[in-house]
Parts: sequence; C-alpha cells; structure tokens
Amino acid sequence: MLEYARWKYILIAVVLAVAVLFALPNVFAEAPALQLAHADHSAVTTAELHAVTAVLQQDKVAYTNAYVQNGRLVVLFANVPDQLRGSDAVDGKFQKKYISAKTLMPQTPTWLRDLGLKPMPLGLDLSGGLDLLYQVDIKSAVRQILQTYTQDATRALAEAHVPVAGITNVATGGSTVPNAIQITLGPQADLAAAQRALANPLNGLTMTTSTQSGGLVIRATMPEATIRQRENYAIEQDISILRNRANQLGVSEPIVQRQGNDRIDVQLPGIQNMAEVKHLLGQTATLEFHLNDTENSAYTAQQTGNVPLGDKLYTDTWNGEPVLLKREVIATGEQLTNASASEGAQGPQVNVTLDSRAGENMLRTTKANVGKPMGVVLITKHSVTTKMDGKEQTREVTTEKVINDAVIDGVFADRFQITGLTLGEAQDLAILLRSGSFVTPPVLVSQNLIGPSLGAANIRMGVMALVIGMASVLVFMAIYYKVFGLVADAVLIANVVLLTALLSMMHASLSLPGIAGIILTVGIAVDANVLIYERVREELRKGVSPQAAIRAGFEKAFSAIADSNVTTGIAGLVLWIFGTGAIRGFAIVLTLGIATSMFTSLMGSRALVTLMYGGRRKLARLHI
Amino acid sequence: MEFFSHQTNFQFMATRKVWFGLSIVLMIAALALLVTRGLNLATDFTGGVTVQASFPAAADLGAVRTQIAAEGFRDAVVEYVGSARAVAIRLPPERDQTSSQLRSRLESALRKVNSGATVQSLSVVGPQVGAELKKSAAWALAFTLLFIFLYIAWRFHTWRLSLGAILAVLHDPILVLGFFALTQISFDLPVVAAVLAVIGYSLNDTVVVFDRIRERFEGNRRLAPNVVLDQAINQTLSRTIMTKVVTSIVVVALLVLGGPVLRGFSAALLIGILAGTYSSIYISSAIALECGLTAEHIFPSARKAAVDSLP
Repeated sequence: MLEYARWKYILIAVVLAVAVLFALPNVFAEAPALQLAHADHSAVTTAELHAVTAVLQQDKVAYTNAYVQNGRLVVLFANVPDQLRGSDAVDGKFQKKYISAKTLMPQTPTWLRDLGLKPMPLGLDLSGGLDLLYQVDIKSAVRQILQTYTQDATRALAEAHVPVAGITNVATGGSTVPNAIQITLGPQADLAAAQRALANPLNGLTMTTSTQSGGLVIRATMPEATIRQRENYAIEQDISILRNRANQLGVSEPIVQRQGNDRIDVQLPGIQNMAEVKHLLGQTATLEFHLNDTENSAYTAQQTGNVPLGDKLYTDTWNGEPVLLKREVIATGEQLTNASASEGAQGPQVNVTLDSRAGENMLRTTKANVGKPMGVVLITKHSVTTKMDGKEQTREVTTEKVINDAVIDGVFADRFQITGLTLGEAQDLAILLRSGSFVTPPVLVSQNLIGPSLGAANIRMGVMALVIGMASVLVFMAIYYKVFGLVADAVLIANVVLLTALLSMMHASLSLPGIAGIILTVGIAVDANVLIYERVREELRKGVSPQAAIRAGFEKAFSAIADSNVTTGIAGLVLWIFGTGAIRGFAIVLTLGIATSMFTSLMGSRALVTLMYGGRRKLARLHI
Repeated sequence: MEFFSHQTNFQFMATRKVWFGLSIVLMIAALALLVTRGLNLATDFTGGVTVQASFPAAADLGAVRTQIAAEGFRDAVVEYVGSARAVAIRLPPERDQTSSQLRSRLESALRKVNSGATVQSLSVVGPQVGAELKKSAAWALAFTLLFIFLYIAWRFHTWRLSLGAILAVLHDPILVLGFFALTQISFDLPVVAAVLAVIGYSLNDTVVVFDRIRERFEGNRRLAPNVVLDQAINQTLSRTIMTKVVTSIVVVALLVLGGPVLRGFSAALLIGILAGTYSSIYISSAIALECGLTAEHIFPSARKAAVDSLP
C-alpha cells in the first residue's frame, strides 16, 4: 500500500486551481481596441463610458465591449476598420477631452477582469515599440545642493557681519566630488558669532573647526546619508517627470522604472515615431509663482475679453474657474529645491522648499500681501508637427496653466506649505511641482526601436518553438516511460500553467528570452521526473515489489533533485540580481521555473502516482 | 523503451588520463582562439548602433555596404540574419549617435539598394552602457562560481568535490566561448545568459553524479574509490542520457524555430549541454579522484564515531 497525506492532495488541488485562474487571462486573443484617458490622469467615470458608447451607437460603429479599467476607458472592436472609425467618431465628438491610444487589448471576459486578473504584458521585443535608457548625472544634483548651502552660508555670515577670507567647496573623506564647504574666517572674526550665524542655514551638516595658516577654518560636510538622499531625490524626480510625460503620449501601458544606480528605463509599447517622442520626453517645463490680481474681476475679464494691464488671464485646472494673475514673477521652478506631500495640522499639505534668492523674494512679497491669493503656473514647451500643403512643419508650442491658487495666510520665505487640499490632490500637486522642471536633466544613453512586424514575427517564432518543443517532449516521455510518461506529461503541463500563473501575478512582462526560459524550464522539470523514474526502474531491476519501488524511487531521487536544482537556482538568482533587460527576464523565468518544477515533480507526480497505484493490493507490474 | 536494458559497467575512471589530455587540448585550443580571433562582440558590449532591415527580395550585401559607406557611415558590419531578405547592420559608436536623423539616413541608403527596404529595428547603445554590461557579466560569473563552490563544499563536506565541480564548470563555458570565437557568431547579451545557464546545467549533472557517489560510499566504505565512482556514473548513465536527449529536443526546437534573436543563445546552450554531459562524466569525478577522494572525506565523522562507541 502506498499512502500520501490528504492535506498534500488538498494543497496541490488548491495551488493548481489558483494557478489555472491566474494563468487563464493569457489564453484570450487580442482584439483592436481604443483606450481613452484624461490628460491629468484623473479617472474616467461610468457616465463618460455611457456618453462614449452612445456616440459610437449614434455613428453606427460596431464595438464588441466597452468598460473602465484602472481609470481608463477601453473599447474593443471586432476589426481594425471599426477601430479606426470608432477612433474618428470619439475624437470628432470629444475634441481633445481624452488622450486616445489605438492598441491591442486581450478579450478577457468581464468576470476575470472584475477579479483584477490580467495577462502578462508583452515585452517590447514581442509587441514592438520604443525602449529608451536615460542616465541621470546624480553628481551634479549633489553639486547643486552644495552650491545652495554655500550661498546661504555666505549670506548668513554677511548679515552677521562676520569677516570672511574665503569660501570654497572641497572634497573630503575620500569623496571624488565636492561634499563640503570650507570657510576661512577673516583675521578678526568671532568664531562663536560665525557658528551662531551658520547654525540655521547649514543645519544638518557636520561642522568642524580648525586653525590653519590662513586663519580659523570652519568645514561643513554633507553627511553620506544626505548625499544619498539627494541623489535618490534627483532620480525619483526625473522618473516622475518622465512618467508624467510618457502618460501624456497616449501609449497603452508605458513603463518607466529605475535601473541600477543612476539609470531610468522608459518602455513605450507601440510607439514608432522616435524623434517626436524623444523630444516630448526631454522637453523642459518651468513653474512660476505669481500674485493674484484681487482688484479686478477675473469673471469680467473672461466675459469681456479685456484683461487689465500687467495681468494675465488663466483657467484654474483644479476647479475650472478663471484666474487673473499679475505678470510679475515671485519665484520660478528652477528655484524650487523640494516639494513633498504630508499630513499637517490643517489636514493634507504640500511642503515647498525654495532656494535662498527665491526665499528672500517670497519673504518680501508675503510680508506685503498676507491674506491675498497666490497662483502657481506650470509652463510646458513641446513641439507639434502639423501638415501644411502636404509638408510637415514642426513648431514649438508653449502651454501655460494654473495648477494651484491659494491664499497667503502668513509671512514665509524659502519654506512654506500649501494647504486646503485633499491628500490625493496634495500628492498630485507635489509631483506636479517637482515635475515642473528637471533638476538634473536625464541624458539619453541607449535606445532600441522594434518594429511591429518584427515583434509579431518574434512572438510567432517563440510560441512555435514552445509548442513544438513541448509537444515533442510530451510524445517522447509517453513512449519512453509509458503510463509514468503520461504522469510526467500531466506534471509538465501543470508546471507550465503554474509558471505562467506566477509570472502573471508578478506582472512580469513576457519577452523572447522569457519564452526561452519557459522552454528550458520544461527541460528542468523533465529531469526531475527522469531522476525519479530511472530510480523506480533501478529498484524494479533489483526485484523489489512495484509499490516499494515507487516509494524508494521518490525517496532516493529527492536529494539528487534538490541539490541539482539548488545549484541551477544559484545561477538563476545571481543572473536575476546582476542582470538587466533580456538577461533579467530570462533569469526570473528560470528561477521561478526551478521552484515550480520542484513542486510539480516532487509533490504533483507523487500524488498522481499514489492515486493510480497506491490503493491496489495486488500490483503485479508497473508500466514504466 | 530503454536505452540500456541492463546495468552498464563501463570503466570510466580507468581511461581518465586520456580524457584529461583531450580536455586540456580542447581548452588550450579554445583559449588560443579567444586570444587570437577574439569574440565577435555585439553592440550590447561595444556600444554602437544595430539596425535590422527587411528587403522585399534577396538583398545584395555588397550593394548595402557600398550605399551605407556612401551615406558616411564607416566600419559598418553587414550580414544576413536568418534569411537573405533580412539584413543586420552594425555601426561603431558615433559621437552623435542619439541623433534622430540616424534612422532616416540609414533608411534612405537602404532604399537606394531596394526601394522596398524598411528598418525593422534600431538599437543605439552608448559606449559606457556597454562597458558596464561587460563588468556586470563578469561579476555575475564570479559570484555564480563562488556560491556554487561553497554550496557543494557544504553539502558534500569536501573541497575535492567542489574543486572537481568548479573545474568541470569552467571547462564547459570555455569550450562554448571557444566555439563562438571559432565561428564568429555574434556574442550578445542573450548568449551571456545562455553561458550562465550552461554553468547551471553542467552543475546539475555533476551534482546528480556526486549525490550517487555519496550514496555508494555510504553503503560500501571499503570499496576502492575508483570502483565507487565508476558505479555511480554507470548507475546514473541512463538518466544522464535521457535528460540530455529531452533537453536537446527543446533546445533544437529553439535553434530551428526561435528566429535570429535566439540563434546564438540556443547554439550556446546546445554546445554547453553536450560539453556538460562529457565533463560531468570525465572531469568532475575524475578530478576529485585525483585529489585523493575517499569515503572519509564525505563522512568524516564515521571513523571517529566508530572509535567512540567502543567500550
């Protein structure tokens, strides 16, 4: 008699059921689709969904499905001509209300979508598209902050009337870039007064004093943690800017992620127009702080079209109301050093930090204007290509919009809070403020463009190799090991399902090397089964009874399977950690595949074999 | 169906000196090829531009080279990928390589060869990116070998087996690299992944044999080590061959059907799997034997325990 614990059967059944559910969305074919999103990435509502479908019905455009997913409106069509007509109908009716993208979407049934289950996204080598790799000069971000500290220190010492012989930036503690401010005091300087003056502007820096030939020297060093923080801030800010801009491109699912220490990878599926996209992503935007004109009515200006002299009329993007701002600039985005959202005493707020010059200006302005509103204007520059007389013309377009308009409730300088927002609004505003301009503009270091037909060819070849390789293995195993071969086949299929489910759960994108990884996993899973069955055969040759041979086969093969898989797993994990791009995709699949193949071969095949042979009292021979 | 209906009894260890000799000759040849011819490094590592173009009819490589040169691109490498209608062009790093005009310049050059030519993919890698990839690939290799050495030393209690495994594991990728130096097949990132997977696979085999050696020693501590090693290899032989046949089936499917992107990758895997089979039989165990492996090394506590249990 062979026995296998009931809880193990239950565990296997549950794991397989969950795996089938998660793997299921990958089965459905893709259909031409239209994705609509708001430019400010606010969610599309169900009411808008009905409005769009009504337009399509009115224009007699046939669509197969329409729904809202992740705040985007998705309409599926049976064919490409319908998709194009649908796109024209929507664009014609809702002028520029949405950023629309013509794309392919899987025809996942509603109930699966409602469970939040999605297929693996395709990598760029399979879907076609543009891959851009940017590098951020994080050292220059550190240099900038050091310069700000230096300016602040100089100003503070001058205000305290401390004579200074010289201020320089130096590299200390083995650093390759300047990380400290060295202040040489004048001959009659009062050290205590200097330290008092510097305490506030150089808060957070480590200060040491020494006497050198030139006189008293104060050295303020930026702690390592502050430098790291600054570098991370520079990268994260660039990522949020690039992500914002990628979202504006009308790409179905752009991926913007950090790669390594100082790189940003931008993946834009379906994009083929390299020049325009690179320009859009790399464009510069600035912020400006302006006082509101409270003496004239913005509504009157909007209705009559007469804007008072020295003013400019805007529409507030938050509430859609007209705003009249004075043309004089208080501070610009280049002078903004940080913006973050937090929960303050008066509810959610955005904490803004300006550099010293803008801080002074802000102090002067706020002293004179407490109680009056101040507006924040976001100015973006981008190029637009239009066709005129059959010729393509590119011109630069500047857009200005008010992203915030709030009352000054006290006197402040370089640090202040913007309140009166919801937490979501505060977070969005902080991103917008930060994303206004690059502190350290990213430099494009590598780009990869894959044409749509090449992507289609890659996926066709990859799937073909997978299907044919897998089918040959299934047939071969069935011939070589007979009934046990069929068990192995069931286990191999379960392994591929399990692996697909895991990859779908992780939202790992499927690339060609990933498909190669799946195919190799089939080889690894076969190996585990071969080890077991060869051992069973060996025991049978010794004259052991069939059931004892099965038991011995599984038990004795275990250490070989475990050790050999762990060593391959080590190689997979190292690749996962060190690799990028293609290598990483392969490594993820290989490592997960080793885990799933151990589970299915050791537990799955044992459960199946025990189920088949375990209960039989008289078992004359095994078909192996 | 079985490859061997009876337990085989080949005396692998007896001829080990011959196979050492063969391996040494092969390794020297591979290293010499690596030094003299070198690898045909793809732009992944060197930096530069790679373009894949498709032609409506078979393309004349000579004409493509002429037109590319006429457009002002120097030192272009032009070759077929997969078929005579698909052409890959590689250009060395240029100062203005992110220029958006690159594509149109190349496309116009190709259209002079055949008006229906289209650029299918374009990849531009900055030189510093390539240099870093080289470094991270080297690190990945070093860490893989280190961790594996430690794991085997821990699991099998002896450095002799670790050393055998590491030498076998170095043997296989060196042969694969030698093959790439010989054939000048483009050496790109997926090939690096394949070489590292080869290390994993080769180990997989070696460890299965080691596991059997451990088991044989446990039952028969008096047997001569070379007899035990032969037994272990013979007993795992049908598994070794069966697994290799199946894995080779899927790799051949990749090689034939996977398209040009995966060609170098699958070729590296196939060579590596063949080399791995050989090295796990003749190299890893034989080296442990040369280092004087005995049962005591794997079960160090055995004799001590026996002594302690005496009255």
